[in-house]
Amino acid sequence: MKYTKRIDGRKFDELRAMKAEVGVVKNAVGSARFQIGKTVAIAAVYGPKDLFPKFLQKPQSARLRCNYNMMAFSGSGERVRPGANRRSKEISMVIEKAFEPVLDLSEFPKAVVDVYIELIQTDAGTRCAGICAASLALADAGFDMKDLVCAVSCGLVGDQVVVDLDKPEEDFEGGAVDIPIAMLPRTGEITLLQLDGEISKEDLKKAIEAGKEACKKIYEVQKAALRAKYAQEVVA
Amino acid sequence: MSKLVIEERQVVIPGDTLAEGMDFLPGKGAFREGDNIISSRLGITNVSGRIVNVNALSGRYIPRRDDVVIGYVKDMSYSSWFVDVGCAYEASLSMKEATADFIERGSSLSDYFGIGEIILTRISNVTKEGNIDLTMKAPGLRKLHGGKIIEITPSKIPRVVGKQGSMISLIKDKTGCSIFAGQNGRIWIRGANPEAEKLATEAIQLINDKAHTSGLTERVGAFLEQHALEMQK
Repeated sequence: MKYTKRIDGRKFDELRAMKAEVGVVKNAVGSARFQIGKTVAIAAVYGPKDLFPKFLQKPQSARLRCNYNMMAFSGSGERVRPGANRRSKEISMVIEKAFEPVLDLSEFPKAVVDVYIELIQTDAGTRCAGICAASLALADAGFDMKDLVCAVSCGLVGDQVVVDLDKPEEDFEGGAVDIPIAMLPRTGEITLLQLDGEISKEDLKKAIEAGKEACKKIYEVQKAALRAKYAQEVVA
Repeated sequence: MSKLVIEERQVVIPGDTLAEGMDFLPGKGAFREGDNIISSRLGITNVSGRIVNVNALSGRYIPRRDDVVIGYVKDMSYSSWFVDVGCAYEASLSMKEATADFIERGSSLSDYFGIGEIILTRISNVTKEGNIDLTMKAPGLRKLHGGKIIEITPSKIPRVVGKQGSMISLIKDKTGCSIFAGQNGRIWIRGANPEAEKLATEAIQLINDKAHTSGLTERVGAFLEQHALEMQK
């Protein structure tokens, strides 16, 4: 099915409006809020701290433990049933994996670093918004990381390659393919790549390229947010 | 041709290029990639000779030997106390290091330090695996009574103390409080009255919020001056 104009009027390679802020949760070691369109994620980092049960401890480094959660009121339709479910556990796991290549926790053997990602409003692309927020929160918490992680969903709506699908596009009646992608912006390495749907090899390549370009734009927003926290004030 | 891309004391974020060329070496919070030195944390740059460091602006306390810290007694065993010093691991204070007294076999350790009590203590050893040993055997180390404790980001404690303790003595002078700043970010304040404690707390919070700016001592001095006048009224 032809998809000639995006439902919300964006260009095919245009992202939704983004907003990022660092240091939003007072009691956390590091925290951040990342908003893309109507999807809003808040990430809070706690630790390093003791990890129990003991068999989970890693002798050489701290363990990263992510917790992805969609809040009960966050969806646009039905109330989301609170608590962990199969989907949220899987997403938590892939987010942990997305940070594995960048985050160096070897300074804290046997400990754990907890990242709580709460989605207070959702309109597709939640795991990507979650990764963007978590990346900022981990940097804010002062952990050693080789790079930030940027994430966006790209894919196919009808026959058109687009980036940053929103919910109406994901539900497009002519079929949609959703490809969440997380990237290290400096090196271009991909740390998360999932695919939901059917897509040809050529379109997949195009979508990933478009996603990489989009990640670079997200990176700019993330960098600005981190720098804004410590913007040098003019001493009056 | 090697060159420094950043300035001294500049805020950098993970992934920022700090220096180009092989003449510089990566220190804390930095790593080499190809010819460049890249920052691995959010922090402030510090260049000492050829070494480029990035000092963190946030994060939990990382214990170091000989740090004087404020700890909460959490638990005890037959021969030692377990103390929370605000880092990833619990520290242990052995009987031998806790007191010069002879402790009778079978007597209760809580006669010396009870659970929930607050001590000013020194880290005598830290291992890579996260075992932390404490000692009370140094002048000034003791149990803390009364007053209150505030917590700030541990990396900002040097600013609270100031050069040769200039900042902390300024606050002590202007508010009349006794203050101990533990390297782990906990600060104990005891004043003659709650107002004085509140003023000292606010001054320290101000330092915590503005630690990355320059001219801080003047700013804190002005702040204390202004509020001391209000208190007198």
